Parts: sequence; structure tokens; C-alpha cells
Amino acid sequence: MSRAVAIETIKLRKTYGTLAAVDDLTFQVYAGEVFGLLGPNGAGKSTTLRILITLLRPTSGQAIVLGHDVARDADLVRRLIGYVPQERAIDRFLTGREHLLLLADLYHLPKDEAQRRIPELLKLVDLEARADQPAKTYSGGMKRKLDIACGLLPNPKVLFLDEPTLGLDVQSRLRIWDYVRQLKARGITIVMTTNYLDEADQLCDRLAILDGGRIRAMGSPAELKAGLGGDIVSLTIGAEDAGRIEALATALRVLPMVRAVTAKPSGLDIRVESSEKALPAVLEAANRTSCRLELVDYHRPRLDDVFVAHTGHAIRSEFPETEE
Amino acid sequence: MNEYLQEIRALTMRWVRRLSREKFSMLFTLVQPMLFWLIFFGNLFQRAADPQVTQAPNYISFLAAGVVVMTVLNNGLAGGVDLLFDKENGFLERLMSTPINRTSVVLSRFLFVTTITCLQVLVILGVAWFFGVEAVTGLPGIAVILLISMLFGVGLTAISMALAFSVKSHGDFFSVLGFLSLPMIFLSSALVPLQAMPAWMSMLAKFNPMTWAIDAVRSLILSGWAEALPKVGMVVMIMLVFDAICLYGSARAFRRAMG
Ligand SMILES: Nc1ncnc2c1ncn2[C@@H]1O[C@H](COP(=O)(O)OP(=O)(O)OP(=O)(O)O)[C@@H](O)[C@H]1O
Ligand SMILES: [Mg+2]
Repeated sequence: MSRAVAIETIKLRKTYGTLAAVDDLTFQVYAGEVFGLLGPNGAGKSTTLRILITLLRPTSGQAIVLGHDVARDADLVRRLIGYVPQERAIDRFLTGREHLLLLADLYHLPKDEAQRRIPELLKLVDLEARADQPAKTYSGGMKRKLDIACGLLPNPKVLFLDEPTLGLDVQSRLRIWDYVRQLKARGITIVMTTNYLDEADQLCDRLAILDGGRIRAMGSPAELKAGLGGDIVSLTIGAEDAGRIEALATALRVLPMVRAVTAKPSGLDIRVESSEKALPAVLEAANRTSCRLELVDYHRPRLDDVFVAHTGHAIRSEFPETEE
Repeated sequence: MNEYLQEIRALTMRWVRRLSREKFSMLFTLVQPMLFWLIFFGNLFQRAADPQVTQAPNYISFLAAGVVVMTVLNNGLAGGVDLLFDKENGFLERLMSTPINRTSVVLSRFLFVTTITCLQVLVILGVAWFFGVEAVTGLPGIAVILLISMLFGVGLTAISMALAFSVKSHGDFFSVLGFLSLPMIFLSSALVPLQAMPAWMSMLAKFNPMTWAIDAVRSLILSGWAEALPKVGMVVMIMLVFDAICLYGSARAFRRAMG
């Protein structure tokens, strides 16, 4: 079964001086799906999005949105899409309603359509009560909701969301996930970026893992996890033995049932054929290199394992998240 | 065409709305610091300034033209600031992701800045009138003063926007502006006539478009049409060249920034 393609990129590349912000991106987004770009800071997610919404010209390669080339037919593309930028693009002095009224004119909506849609959207994002106060009185989450309402105003066929839940509290994140699912149910194609693994896992039908400007893997979360196969054994090693982690990794790598070993600050992740068969040998190796194990855990591959397997590092350090 | 007007009206109204929200800045915009120049320095230097040198009945009537053009200078050079903030907080990107004509945002800014500048010029001429300075060329003369203000203002606003689109940080923006505006004022006939300057200074001042604007405005206020017309013709030509250069530079900066 072949599905309708909403977006297609072919060997997309954007360089800043000698730095390739995105390189050789080729992917397709199907109509009606939620497509995710997952990657750490600086991976090239926003750059990719900016090319797709016609704000950046690719250095080379091509991107086609709903049949129109983003470089040649930029104006046509802009009429069909909505965009929610990563930074809160809010004018502090305007009220929520004034933001929407301004954008209604910029999207050239007829007056009656604007009059109908604006209250509808304010209701959808739960901002009715504050709609006539200046945006400088809004909380971060409220600004984000206003951002999303702005992105939805043109009734787009494709909606681009750049890190829609960055820095939001848990409730607001869940709300936004809900909106995204509602939009999808209405048939809107959604392209979003994120560096939250759980978000990608929960929300995206398919995703591309981006790192260093390149696509490292692509598929549905389930496919990506199944593609890895086997199990993950995770060892947490006592701080006093941290110096011996490297030796243990070396000892493990030569074992036949071990496929890959990745070091973390507090231990090792070991990808194995089957945890039952591998565990005795792993424990024996730990004993032999006299690493004291604080915790041994094994599980089916998760999205973070997929990420590590394809990029060679974890998406973020294990230090507590710092809010911007 | 209809769509173009709709965009420009909406974007211009946004600037108006912002101004009306920023009460403090509105006060400073309408009761411009330049007014104080006129009132205080105009009266303060009354005794110090020699009418033989200024060729004017009193210093305030000499200073009025300088204050008018300094207002245009300040407004014009500050005209890009709001776009700079829009660029920095991503609002500009949001505007540019909509299907608007690429020139609308910039054009709305020109419209707004020019309108505010003209209003201020009228306020300044009103205050000068209150102190007894009456333009000898009457209302038509004032219309020509507004025309010169607009022509000069457009080029200055273009410089400011070009700067806003090219700078890396807004610290840079304000230091370049500070660097530009003081010499523009002192190397012009705003405060002292060219004849009273050291030779090297009056040489440099002649290359300053501001000098030409001030001399034309001053003769419209003090001397009458016969003396003013050739100066007006000259300054219009100089301003057209000045604007063309500034607009070209700013269009390039804009295209570079917006891809
Ligand atoms: N205007 C620019 N000039 C120079 N380099 C840039 C510019 N914009 C982006 N880059 C570089 O391109 C790379 C990709 O940036 P991009 O903003 O696409 O990352 P991202 O995946 O969105 O990251 P984040 O999660 O932090 O938002 C980074 O190394 C960044 O420094
Ligand atoms: Mg980003």
C-alpha cells in the first residue's frame, strides 16, 4: 500500500561556513501522520524545520511540501502551513486576541472567518479568560499555548511544531500531547521536533533520529526498537570502581553473546542477544575485573537504547535537566 | 493588492498599539527630549549667541531648524530598534512564515516612523511658534519642511533597519548608533552656522546630508522663498541620492538576513 506523501526532502543540506547544520537529509512524511525529528541540542532539527517552512534556503538539495518546492514556490507553501517556533514568538505588549487578529490579517482571512475562528482557538488552548490581557502577564505555559493557537489559525494542512513542550510542566505537556492527537484526528499532518524520548515514543507515528545534522535512523518507534533486537543489560557500578569501567567494557566486548557496549558516567549499557544467556557471563566478567555492581537491570530495547545504538551516545547527560 | 494593504495596515496598527501600551515611552516620544533642547538651549544661549554670527533675530529661531532635523535624525536612527527586538525574540520569524509580501514588515515600519516623525516636527514647530518663531514661508513652507523631514527620515530608518538585520547583538546596535549620531549632530549646522566653524569642520559638515537639510529648513523658517527654493531643490536631490544608497544597503542586509 502506498500512502500519500505530504513532504519530501531530497539530499537536503544547509551549511554555515564550514559547519554542515544539516547534511544529506532524505525523508518522506506521509499525509495525516505525526512525524518527529528527534535529536540532541544542535542536531539540526530547527534548521530542517526552517527550511521546510521556507525561512531558510537550503545550500543544496530539495524540499517539497504538498507538491510545492519550498525554494521556488515559497509563497504557495506559506499559504498551506502553520508554524510554531521554538522560541516563544510573542509580542509582550499585545493581548492574546490581538496576536490572533494580527495573524488573521497576515494570512488574509476574511473578517467573518477570523471572527469565528479566533474564539474557537482561544477556547481550544484554554486562554479565553486571559485573552484580553497583554502577553507579558502570561506564564510560560500560557505563552506556549498562545503560540500553538497562532500556528493553528490559518487552518493549515501541515503544522510544524518546534519543540512544543520544551520547558513546560507535566500537565501542560500532557495537554499539548492531547492537542496534537486531536489535530491528527482532524487529518492535519504534523511535523514536530523534540529532544524528549518519551514524547517521540508516545506521540510520533514515525520519526527520524537526527544527530550531527544527519539522519541516523528512521521508522516508527516500534520498528526502531524491534530493529535493535535482543535485550539491554544495564550495569550501575559503584563510584569507587569508576576507574575500572573501561577494563570491564573491554572484557565484555570480546564475549560472543555481546553485540555492543556503551559507557555511561555511572556504568555500562550492554546490548546482548538474550539477557538470560548473557547475564552469567556478564556477572563473571564484572567479578574478574573486580567491579562492584550496585544495580543490574535488563529490559527490551527502549527508544533511548535505539538512540544510543545509532549515534554512539546518550541524547542528554544524566545530570538533572536544566531549564532554560 | 488588497491583501498587501490588509497586511500593511495590520502591521502598522501593531506599532501604534505597542506605542499606546508603552505609556512611558509614549510620553517620551511625544514630548521628545528635543523639545527641551529647543526650550532650554534656545533661551539659555540667547545671550551667548551673537546674532551677527547666527544671522537670526534670536538663538531660538536659529535653533528651531536644527532641532527639527535632530528629531528626524533620532527617530530615524532608532527606527530599526523594534525590528531588532522582533528578530531577537523570534517574532520576526513568525511574521515571515506567513504568506505576506516580503516588504510588508519593513514598509509598515517606514510608515509608522515617518508618521511619528512628522507629528513631532509639527509639535516642535508649534512650540517654536509659542516662543515667537514663525515660519516666514507659512503653511506651504511647513509642508516643505515635512517633505524634507520625510525624505531624510526614510534614509535614516533604512540605515537603522540595515543595522538591525546585520548586528549580532543589540549591544552592537546601540554602540554603532551612538557612534553615528553625535558626529552627525556636531558636524552639521544644527547648533552653529558653518561660517562660525573652523575651516576643517565646515569642510566635513558639507559632506553631512544633515547640514543641507538644516540649511533648507532654516531658510524656510527665517528667510523666505527666494532664498529657500534653491536650497530646497538642492536638498531634495541630495536626499534622493542618500535614500537610494541607504535603501539599497538595507535591502541587501534584509535579503541576507531573511535568506
Ligand atoms: N544562523 C546560524 N549561524 C551559524 N550556525 C548556525 C545558525 N543556526 C544554526 N546554526 C548551527 O547549526 C547547528 C544546528 O542548529 P539547530 O538550531 O538546527 O539545532 P537544533 O537541533 O534545533 O537544536 P536545539 O535542540 O538546541 O534547538 C548548530 O550547530 C548550530 O550552532
Ligand atoms: Mg531547535
